[in-house]
Amino acid sequence: MDQILLLEAAERYLRGEMGEVERLAFEEMRKNNPEVDQMVVEHHFFLDEMDRYGDVKRFKANLYDTHHTLQESGDIKELSPHGTGKIAYLWNRYRRTIAVAASIAGLTALLISGLTIMISPKAPIQDIEALKRQVNILEKRTNTQDLQINDVRKKIEPGTNIKFGGTSFMVDPKGYLVTSAHVVKGASRVFVQNSRGEDFKAILVHADESKDLAILKIEDEDFRSSASLPYGIGKSSTDLAEPVFTLGYPKDEIVYGEGYMSAKTGMKGDTMAYQISISANPGNSGGPILNRKGEVIGILNARQTTAEGVVFAVKSQHITQMIDSVKKKDSAQQIKVSQFSSIKGMDRVQQVKKIQDHIYMVKVVLK
Amino acid sequence: MGTNEREQELLKGLANNEKSAIEAIYRDNYSLIQHLIVQNNGTEDDARDIFQEAMIVLYEQARNIDFSLSCAVRTYIYSVSRRLWLKKLQQNRRFETPVESLEETVPVEEDMASHEKLNQQYVIMRAAMGKIGEPCKSLLEAFYVHHKNMMEIAAFFGYTNADNAKNQKYKCLMRLKKLFFAQYKNGI
Repeated sequence: MDQILLLEAAERYLRGEMGEVERLAFEEMRKNNPEVDQMVVEHHFFLDEMDRYGDVKRFKANLYDTHHTLQESGDIKELSPHGTGKIAYLWNRYRRTIAVAASIAGLTALLISGLTIMISPKAPIQDIEALKRQVNILEKRTNTQDLQINDVRKKIEPGTNIKFGGTSFMVDPKGYLVTSAHVVKGASRVFVQNSRGEDFKAILVHADESKDLAILKIEDEDFRSSASLPYGIGKSSTDLAEPVFTLGYPKDEIVYGEGYMSAKTGMKGDTMAYQISISANPGNSGGPILNRKGEVIGILNARQTTAEGVVFAVKSQHITQMIDSVKKKDSAQQIKVSQFSSIKGMDRVQQVKKIQDHIYMVKVVLK
Repeated sequence: MGTNEREQELLKGLANNEKSAIEAIYRDNYSLIQHLIVQNNGTEDDARDIFQEAMIVLYEQARNIDFSLSCAVRTYIYSVSRRLWLKKLQQNRRFETPVESLEETVPVEEDMASHEKLNQQYVIMRAAMGKIGEPCKSLLEAFYVHHKNMMEIAAFFGYTNADNAKNQKYKCLMRLKKLFFAQYKNGI
């Protein structure tokens, strides 16, 4: 059957426009032919949709006309707020726009003034003179620095019996360092050298040989304390296989080493220490062992001579304990230790960059 | 009972799309909604749009066979308009404070939900109609919306006879159905 005729028939059927005989014949065909039936069902739904679409469209048109008529007859008047009401109304409506416009205007003004300053070629003569003076000041400063460098060189007189003891690290930015007790054993004087090669005089504040820990304090007028330390002294326990790293001075330059926690006890089951697998040399003694969060978890103090890469570290809890006991005994030693690391989540290169300024080489002048 | 009977008459007229009924309801209620919208950060155009949408909600409800309004038409229109306006404000995030309600309101959530569904179908049909282009759109609207017969349509659109018009109508209808059902199945 022709599709057009079929559709027309379906439409007439759905609208009830068929005569009795035709309707029965059509219903018979629907029954026998599921394809036709499906088409009729679908078209029924579609026609309903169309009817509703038409009705709503006509209703909308009527609404529109009515609005227009009522407006012309004056039954609908625009509500136009007057006086202050109007201002408040406009403000309420447009304040967001005004805020945006104002901030854009502000930014533009800033940008233009910035550009003007950048581009404007001539600086007044006074400024140039001022600059000249500053250059002079700089020159003077360099001269004094040269003198100071000479002083520094003289700090350690040539010919003194120096033992390059090991490594130490800052625990309080005021100048308190922690190292291994064996590093400074038998020392008459102690010097520490930072990663830039500057020497500072230091004194031994406390040494605990049973724990192999010592506290040094830099007492040197050239020492500039920093505001805070990037790493903290950890209090939490560590897990086996946790990756760790260390910085130290096995040679005249700072050296970085990486390893992992291999046992929670030290030599012969020593519970005060950890066993760590890391490559280390004698100069590394007293260096910090840090975890990936940048917390000091221990201090490197010994290595097993019979095995390669096995070192031991005193647990960081003992550092805090020792500092606490020193503070109790001597109220003059105001050592403040931070537990919190500010380099958590940084990549290793950045972490090391921040830490290395606070790792010092310990040089010892023997008695 | 006088007012109630009058309202019943008006609603019946509204359901039949009678201009007189629409105009009467419009005249009685427009200024109320106009105040509501304009005093809550809306414009005159917003007021007109919201009021007319509320009228459509009422129209859809009035067309249901088992429809009966449990409150005054005024309360109903106010409640619907308020909800519609709140929704629009939320969408635009133009204003955070709630719209104060000085008038009595009735719960209209169910009616709103059914309106939203119907409106979605209306939008799909309107979009499909927009896509089939001319003369298809006018031709189909003449037949299905304005209920003109094929003779009139053939004369109006300049077809030589009703059969040609029928042919053209059939082609247009197939395209419209295809577009409509594609969107309809996607949307629902």
